[in-house]
Amino acid sequence: MPGKLKVKIVAGRHLPVMDRASDLTDAFVEVKFGNTTFKTDVYPKSLNPQWNSEWFKFEVDDEDLQDEPLQITVLDHDTYSANDAIGKVYIDIDPLLYSEAATVISGWFPIYDTIHGIRGEINVVVKVDLFNDLNRFRQSSCGVKFFCTTSIPKCYRAVVIHGFVEELVVNEDPEYQWIDRIRTPRASNEARQRLISLMSGELQRKIGLKVLEMRGNAVVGYLQCFDLEGESGLVVRAIGTVCTLDKISNTAFLPACNSPSKEMKEIPFNEDPNPNTHSSGPSTPLKNQTYSFSPSKSYSRQSSSSDTDLSLTPKTGMGSGSAGKEGGPFKALLRQQTQTALEQREFPFFTLTAFPPGFLVHVGGVVSARSVKLLDRIHNPDEPETRDAWWAEIRQEIKSHAKALGCHAVVGYSESTSICEEVCILSASGTAAVLNPRFLQDGTMEGCLEQRIEETSPPGCGFFHIPYDELNMPFPAHLTYCYNCRKQKVPDVLFTTIDLPAEAMVIGKGCLIQARLCRLKKKAQAEANATSISNLLPFMEYEVHTQLMNKLKLKGMNALFGLRIQITVGENMLMGLASATGVYLTALPTPGGIQIAGKTPNDGAYEQHVSHMQKKINDTIAKNKELYEINPPEIPEEIIGSPFPEPRQRSRLLRSQSESSDEVMELDLSHGKKDAFVLEIDDTDAMEDVHSLLTDVPPPPGFYSCNTEIMPGINNWTSDIQMFTSVRVSRLSNINLTNQTLNKNFNDLCENLLKSLYFKLRSMIPCCLCHVNFTVALPEDEVIQITVTAVAITFDKNQALQTSKVPAEKTLQRASTDNEEQLQFPLELCSDPLVSQPFSPAKEVLENAGSHTGIPAAQRATSVDYSSFADRCNSWIELIKLKAQTIRRGSIKTTASLDKASPLAEGHLRHRSVPSCTNSTVSVVKMTPLSFIPGAKITKYLGIINMFFIRETTSLREEGGVSGFLHAFIAEVFAMVRAHVAALGGNAVVSYIMKQCVFMENPNKNQAQCLINVSGDAVIVVRESELEMVPVQPSAAVSQPASAGDVTT
Amino acid sequence: MTNDLDIFVGNTTLIDEEVYQLWLDGYSVSDAVSLRLRSGILEQTGATVDVLQSDTMDHYRTFHMLERLLHTPSKLIHQLHFQIPPSRQAMLIERYYAFDEAFVREVLGKKLSKGTKKDLDDVSTKTSITLKSCRRQFDNFKRVFKVVEEMRGSLVENIQQHFLLSDRLARDYAAIVFFANSRFETGKKKLQFLTFEDFAYCAEQMIQNWTLGAVDSNVDDMDVDLDKEFLQELKELKVLIADKDLLDLHKSLVCTSLRGKISVYNEMEANFKNLSRALVNMASKLIHTKDVRDFFIDLVEKFIEPCKSDKWTLNDVRLFLTQYTTSAHNLDAFRHQALWDRYMSTIKSCLLKMYHD
Repeated sequence: MPGKLKVKIVAGRHLPVMDRASDLTDAFVEVKFGNTTFKTDVYPKSLNPQWNSEWFKFEVDDEDLQDEPLQITVLDHDTYSANDAIGKVYIDIDPLLYSEAATVISGWFPIYDTIHGIRGEINVVVKVDLFNDLNRFRQSSCGVKFFCTTSIPKCYRAVVIHGFVEELVVNEDPEYQWIDRIRTPRASNEARQRLISLMSGELQRKIGLKVLEMRGNAVVGYLQCFDLEGESGLVVRAIGTVCTLDKISNTAFLPACNSPSKEMKEIPFNEDPNPNTHSSGPSTPLKNQTYSFSPSKSYSRQSSSSDTDLSLTPKTGMGSGSAGKEGGPFKALLRQQTQTALEQREFPFFTLTAFPPGFLVHVGGVVSARSVKLLDRIHNPDEPETRDAWWAEIRQEIKSHAKALGCHAVVGYSESTSICEEVCILSASGTAAVLNPRFLQDGTMEGCLEQRIEETSPPGCGFFHIPYDELNMPFPAHLTYCYNCRKQKVPDVLFTTIDLPAEAMVIGKGCLIQARLCRLKKKAQAEANATSISNLLPFMEYEVHTQLMNKLKLKGMNALFGLRIQITVGENMLMGLASATGVYLTALPTPGGIQIAGKTPNDGAYEQHVSHMQKKINDTIAKNKELYEINPPEIPEEIIGSPFPEPRQRSRLLRSQSESSDEVMELDLSHGKKDAFVLEIDDTDAMEDVHSLLTDVPPPPGFYSCNTEIMPGINNWTSDIQMFTSVRVSRLSNINLTNQTLNKNFNDLCENLLKSLYFKLRSMIPCCLCHVNFTVALPEDEVIQITVTAVAITFDKNQALQTSKVPAEKTLQRASTDNEEQLQFPLELCSDPLVSQPFSPAKEVLENAGSHTGIPAAQRATSVDYSSFADRCNSWIELIKLKAQTIRRGSIKTTASLDKASPLAEGHLRHRSVPSCTNSTVSVVKMTPLSFIPGAKITKYLGIINMFFIRETTSLREEGGVSGFLHAFIAEVFAMVRAHVAALGGNAVVSYIMKQCVFMENPNKNQAQCLINVSGDAVIVVRESELEMVPVQPSAAVSQPASAGDVTT
Repeated sequence: MTNDLDIFVGNTTLIDEEVYQLWLDGYSVSDAVSLRLRSGILEQTGATVDVLQSDTMDHYRTFHMLERLLHTPSKLIHQLHFQIPPSRQAMLIERYYAFDEAFVREVLGKKLSKGTKKDLDDVSTKTSITLKSCRRQFDNFKRVFKVVEEMRGSLVENIQQHFLLSDRLARDYAAIVFFANSRFETGKKKLQFLTFEDFAYCAEQMIQNWTLGAVDSNVDDMDVDLDKEFLQELKELKVLIADKDLLDLHKSLVCTSLRGKISVYNEMEANFKNLSRALVNMASKLIHTKDVRDFFIDLVEKFIEPCKSDKWTLNDVRLFLTQYTTSAHNLDAFRHQALWDRYMSTIKSCLLKMYHD
């Protein structure tokens, strides 16, 4: 009996009138945990009852504590008939189970009813007394911390990053059980909510067990998803990255940060060479390790048939929950060199998207795999083997793709599904990478972070150097020497799923780039349907890729971060939506322009048209370069003296739209020396494509957008943030749908949605939409639903202005992001070397690693000019491998590679005093999909928030139609999340994500139903201004002052 | 392609003051959109009509959801459903309870009943304020009235406490409640020249001096009703006009002190008795509710109009009323000095406020 749960019901307020006669309510409360129920007294005739109950005590196993939610039901007592339910509150008590998080849950919770929504509030206090349990065979995993954040949480440091953990649980969906025919919608919804709550508790517990097995103490980047498979059941699955985290005790020491990476960066610099250098691994030049992969030539060939030789690793029964199986291999791992260990690890995957400095050695490119499956009934919920096997298959494929790229790990890894009737597309994607082994080893403890300076790869450009063997490339790619260090090869374009590494050097600002695509498909059943989907997938993937590439060129940028490609399946169409943040990396070559080539050169009018288009495209590129402040220095090669000879210009045609890529033409383009990208207009489709390229309107002045955490080039955030969710459902007029009209409709839908957002948030200008996350669903034929969640953050205009001026004037310095503070960097570092990352020393390091010979002095000499090298003519190549496999399966690997260099993040290191409200009494709860709150510092993580709600109505019209219904519901979901966070003692939610928003309507019956699943990390943040000093411009102080106190207390 | 559903929900509820005003003014979504179009917002922001339409709809939905809470402002402050910074909450409440001058002049002093509500279409036509807005304003009056009607303590403070209004708006509502309760007639043609502000000032004076609450001490103090005892006692003042000697003496005292100071001396002297009779008669009749209702008409007909026709200036009126009030203290035979002051000070304030040059 390892735990005692104590609950006290204090009071209620704003209850609904349940007795029409008296206009009052006789309320009482039932408190239920597991199978035990307690009741309060009836508090007669009041809408604001004061129960002030005794402490209800539940004595329970900690296993139950983890699985079960606390269920509080408010009812209206009725002497003559059955008591009427007013509503419920589910409280996840998990945050109380680990010592560092919350100690008590206390506060006002909205009373929620699945039919009526929020109906008043109830004040509850919950505590848990845990007894130590030393039972080795325990089934619980109390104490393991969970974080949604996909980077090492602030106020912790990673001692070891162990690796991938996954688990899934299945059950029958109560909505599809026979009993659902006879019970009320309310009972059915509640059964479902409760079941999902139970399942996610169980899932989290099981994952926790695996974590303990791996000797970790936390899961970072925890992503839990539901698959509503309808008839065939309900799957709850989760993936995450197991870490051993160490709390940074002296939090006050670290200044608050604007960028997620800042604190992490500071740590290593505070220490000098670490005493316990584990020299065996570390001292080996990294590069050798890297290359040690490429020799295994078999990989590159194998990639065409990834099914073959995957199984170097014995397939342990992953996912089936018996941790014992995995224990063996893991212990074995520790004795080996990490590198090999990683290879033998079943899945060397990491769900993180931002890493401690030095962790990432090289980045290979995006790897992805998809598979089409037919759902069948899950017969035995306790052994979800089929689902496990499906995922295992996909993960193996990802792993083999990574190997083909010469990488031994996959970072920024994520999985998703799209289900339509009985067809399900499973997708996984990530970024192939080479990692620094020291973080992966147990036993290094302190050492790993601090050692990095000595010999890890150059912080600025190392990760963009190709990890594969140049002579034995897995795909035809165009390589050049890194524009930063000049020592290593880099690709011409790079796609990744991770955030921009903090130390990467970029020029100008980034921007959101989206590729959108629809494909019609015949309605079909079962196998035939799956076949046609698998056949379509490779083409969609290819086109999405082409679109991304074109749009990237059009922006004058050379790399994509945070790439997320979502393929959604519907009855009669497939939709693809890819979002990413484009940036210009200084290490990569300058992208060429886009050249349009007509197929029928004889037709005069046609040629004119083509040249007109060409002009438009050129104008757009020029405009974009100006807009995003991309102005790489004109190569002062002569002045500086390039360390190695390189052909100054090569114009080459790289690829043509028509895929007849063999016909290479020599074309000199308007963009002069730079290589250009040729679009061949050979049919109307291609024409459409070109048109659609040009229809993307840039955001209005003062707006920027990205889908990553940090917007490159902006770092003077204020504390004015606004998180929002916007949903649109659009019905296509079903007259002769073609791919073109569909594409256009879809494109318009997305563009209009963005325009709407810009308009609504105009009062926040200058402002950046960060972490813009689009999801597409096809709930019915000809109906498209788009859900967007993002956060708008105002930045300081004055500083921004200076910022934009500086690069224009001082081209040589421009390599760093911008922002004058960075320019001052070298000066400041003399006085304050501990806190900030030195500019030139960093380069030195970089150089060091790049050429592991290194006479420091000489290197320093060269390093001075890095940034000025940053421009070169070059060409790029991109490759997509398409594989359409068997009926059940379509898989694809896409790779784009790259390279580059430079500390981007100094700006973030700098301490920014942001205008912020000085009013500390606020109990407003801020929410953001980012891992940080601008202008504030996270002092404590209180636990994970993972909530699932269902709302249903049978009076749709009365509630304002579908819009009114969903608007109210989403507002309610926000309210409930805020209330839970406030009750935990928190004042913000970071890494907030709406994982699911399933909306169904039946207007004829005046009904609608919606399911929403959200998660995030509850935290306490302290304003920077409170920690330190200088309140800046009061104008920006968006204080949300005092009287809100009552709201959350 | 049509958007079936189109929503935007912010963690902090997004409120556009301009749209809020349009909503309060009772415009439909399409009217609001065309009004916004005319404001040139599209040119400033480069947006399209669709965007404006969707934005307006969103705001209207939000306001519609907030309206329920605005009926009980304390709920708006404590609710968890919408996260709104306190300054914005205050703005929402203040604007929701704000009313139009034209409207309030139509309704002031009327019984806040269903009957009156039915006549709102006429009010709407007459004032060219939308019916929707009229209804909101009327319902606000009625809601405030219902809540504070039976309450003890200061009327203004009660309103402020329950509806979280600014001091100034709370005072206006106090006047509205006071007028509605005593049903003062304010709509007659002769009274059209008076503004709501004039009436609100008079109401405040009456509340301060003539209600039960004015005689502090009482626990029972009520601001809404006039002090019946006081009204009863006012009959005693009749002696000032009934007793001929007293009247003559009063006149001579006033005339003496005003000679050379007032520009309309002759007219004043000629009219003194009429004016004095009018004021005292009004006092003696105030015990009847009918006469209370006609209070303002009487002031206008019996005092303001005669003075106007003789071209008294505001200063003349002030001098006269001051002298008229103080001179009574020198009448040895007149023993109701306190009562006289309580009556005359308010009358004087009201008359001066109502006497527009």
